[in-house]
Amino acid sequence: MSLNKTLVSMDHLLNEAPREKHFITGAQAMAEAVKRASVDMAIAYPITPQSEVMHLVGDIYAQGHIKEYYRAEEELGTMSAIAGAARAGVRLFTATSGPGLLRGLEAIVSWPGHRVPCVLGVLTRVVNAPLSIQPDNIEMAYLMHSGIVMLHAENQQDTFDMTLAAFAITEKVDVYIPVSVSTEGFFVTHAKGYVDMMSEDLAYEECDPYAAPVPAMDNEVPPARIQRDAPVQKSNFMSYLIHSVWQQEIWDSNKRAMKYIYQYVGGPIEVLNPGSDVMIVASGCAAAQAREANRYAEEEGLSVGFVKVKAIRPWPKDEIREALKDAKTVIVPEHNIIGWLCKEVQASIPNSGIVVEGPRVYGGMTLPVELIMTEIYDALGMESETLQA
Amino acid sequence: MSKIIEVGPVGYMPQSAPSMGVELSPEGKGLLYGNIVEEEEAMRDAARALLTMDNPTIFPGPMVLWDWKDDIAEKSSAILDMAAEIPNCKIIPMPDYRPKYPKIDVKAEINPNHPNLTILDNKIKACVFIGVHCHYANLSLRMIRAGTDCYTVAMCAFMGHEEAMSSIRDVHASDVLRFRDIIIEVRNELGIEHTPTMPPENPSLEKEDWGSLTPADYGEYRSLIMSRKGEHVADVE
Repeated sequence: MSLNKTLVSMDHLLNEAPREKHFITGAQAMAEAVKRASVDMAIAYPITPQSEVMHLVGDIYAQGHIKEYYRAEEELGTMSAIAGAARAGVRLFTATSGPGLLRGLEAIVSWPGHRVPCVLGVLTRVVNAPLSIQPDNIEMAYLMHSGIVMLHAENQQDTFDMTLAAFAITEKVDVYIPVSVSTEGFFVTHAKGYVDMMSEDLAYEECDPYAAPVPAMDNEVPPARIQRDAPVQKSNFMSYLIHSVWQQEIWDSNKRAMKYIYQYVGGPIEVLNPGSDVMIVASGCAAAQAREANRYAEEEGLSVGFVKVKAIRPWPKDEIREALKDAKTVIVPEHNIIGWLCKEVQASIPNSGIVVEGPRVYGGMTLPVELIMTEIYDALGMESETLQA
Repeated sequence: MSKIIEVGPVGYMPQSAPSMGVELSPEGKGLLYGNIVEEEEAMRDAARALLTMDNPTIFPGPMVLWDWKDDIAEKSSAILDMAAEIPNCKIIPMPDYRPKYPKIDVKAEINPNHPNLTILDNKIKACVFIGVHCHYANLSLRMIRAGTDCYTVAMCAFMGHEEAMSSIRDVHASDVLRFRDIIIEVRNELGIEHTPTMPPENPSLEKEDWGSLTPADYGEYRSLIMSRKGEHVADVE
């Protein structure tokens, strides 16, 4: 690091270092986290609404906070280059959005199996035709079965804290798979919010490429034969078995990340008013609206609680089940048409019939609190004013 | 103690230890059959297995085979001291992680892509993994548990391994020597008489003449040979 920073542990950085309040966008918050993460290399390919993040990261590189930075030719190249750089044992960051994520997906889904530690920012955007650049988090559904650890930020503060935490989680020897930090494009990336940040003179201690479950390629330490070759796929039982246990290892690593999510992110879920009749379960930007609905309901004296899901992978099944054990109705507001969070919640509890599949907005639509309130009133058998177009 | 992780073979499609609820032990503790225990308890059970089961074998990995870091030579020396205290102990290395095709020499080495072959051919009933990178150790330990009846011991420089019957974490040279002492203690308790003896030379490995080595000697790997910093390699194909 060319700048004279004080290197500290992630625990100190997140929990002990004094902070000051700033009023910044989500994109700035993600870039400010990268600034404090002793990143060795960032690789960018622009796409709205991610472009602002990687532009700001480029500025940070120019200021000397990052050692290497370049613009790749497209997303598959970006994500493949991340995999290549990881083999040299360096700390990595990239970010993308919607269609860019899908274009890079072939490389991204190979990251966990190749034990690539890196942080991936996902600034969500519509992926389906007709073309749109607006927020919609359906792309996260494609990541959910890739094996990578997934955090979902509610606001600018989450974006800052989770991005920093992600750098610590991804490099743990028993994890060592990528960590994505998602948040909604525009609603968070281009909107300002208050973010408490520590001094930029502090930075996360640099990575140790030899504290790893796989060897870093080091051409000055022979023999070069110690490389991370994948098993050759011969048609025999042993080659099938190695692939199956390898796949298990990816998901085991994902599972092991949970203890670090408790350590650095305060746990995979946040619960308000546990034991209420109606529970709202939401993640990302929808959690901000759900939190507001929960506040309205409190003011009206209704038995309503709120579960914010911070970790999508590893999925906090036990925590969700515990949080919803007394609920009579569960409402899951989402920013996508398929309801990927709703499906996960339904699969986590024994009485999935109590889950209301919505409200959902998509294609760039905002999520008015009134939509959630209508579901709450319906659940409680109350008269409600429905939102008029 | 209920055994979550047991000596195999557990069957065609093994369930991973973490998916069965086994978690890595915290600092200062060991894992025994998937349960968190005092480190000494895990070491004593491992020692008993190595002393009472057929063909005990140590599988050293790349991290202890090459003198690449300050404390490695000391640790490797401690491993030899430990091996000498186990009657009939063999050492079969895992020098790298490349799949060995068309056929591995099972007397000479073990490989994480098909570790069963070495275990089964040599009729190994108890083994120690040490110096193997965690990813490859986990794969190997699970495949061994799936397809063999071998008791596995993991001596890990980092956080240990859920898949092993006995797992010791944060292993340095001093921990290897402590395990050696426990082996001697358990051996005396069992009444096994033994004079420390170094493991036999690996019969399959030919003596290498490093003085006349050329890139051609590396066969299919010759394209991977890198010269060291400052080294000038004149003899090339």
